[in-house]
Amino acid sequence: MLRFATILLFALAATWWVLSGYTKPLLLSLGAISLALVLVICARMRILDRETAPYMTVPQTLAYFGWLFVEIIKANIAVVRQIVSPDMEVSPTLTRIPARGKTDLAKTMFANSITLTPGTVSLDVADDHIVVHALLEEMSAPEDFAEMSDRSAWAVGEPDDPHVREGL
Amino acid sequence: MSLATLILAAEPVAADAVRAGLDWAVLVENALDVFTVAFLLGGLFFVLAGSIGVLRLPDFYTRLHAAGVTDTLGAELILFALILQADNWQVVAKLLMVAFFLFVTSPTATHAVAHAAWRAGEKPRLGRWKAPALEDEG
Repeated sequence: MLRFATILLFALAATWWVLSGYTKPLLLSLGAISLALVLVICARMRILDRETAPYMTVPQTLAYFGWLFVEIIKANIAVVRQIVSPDMEVSPTLTRIPARGKTDLAKTMFANSITLTPGTVSLDVADDHIVVHALLEEMSAPEDFAEMSDRSAWAVGEPDDPHVREGL
Repeated sequence: MSLATLILAAEPVAADAVRAGLDWAVLVENALDVFTVAFLLGGLFFVLAGSIGVLRLPDFYTRLHAAGVTDTLGAELILFALILQADNWQVVAKLLMVAFFLFVTSPTATHAVAHAAWRAGEKPRLGRWKAPALEDEG
């Protein structure tokens, strides 16, 4: 727990200082007091865990965001092409996509990635699948989602990975 | 000055530019402006396309997809253009944070809206759909 508290402390301090940019001792000490308060509240709420400070997977998550951004650009172009074409031919489809992620974090990451990609929106998240509405029929092939599912699970460090399980 | 001499020695074309009085700082600044305008125009195009899609598409769910275009490429391209115009690292950091939070929160908001419609029993229109020809519209 001390690990998570330390990580959270550094993350909050960095955020506070980047946003404020203050250097006066009075304001800095006020910031330190706020940090201490937040940490005490988090400890009392018992949320100092992997979900609040998921630091082990930051590099993976950033790499995943890079990959996702490329996918988003491709999907944007596909959607915009339909929108600006004169007859605007679309083929809305509902699909059930199997969700392989086991943790809530992995499922959230996967469902959010689907929604973030234009042309697909996640409507309902169940235990083992996600109901997806796709703008074009060709966007709803389940095998296309398999890669995103695997990559998003990897990005948050699935608990199959013993290194991550230890932190749960 | 030493930089100018280096370039004079290395690159005949650049040497001409230096002799002609080309100021490198001005050049970089203009390049930034050119990229800014390009990204702004790109962002505006995607925001406009998204808005047209929201107006033209047939039902609630398909319109959500068009709104997604505005949320993602439209907003991020405009933010990137603003980053190029930032005066100091703090503004850059803040804009990067805005971009990141937009990246994380906009799908959550879209999902909340879509999930609410789904739970309330809004039926998506499925199957092929084409915009009616202009003369058919009243």
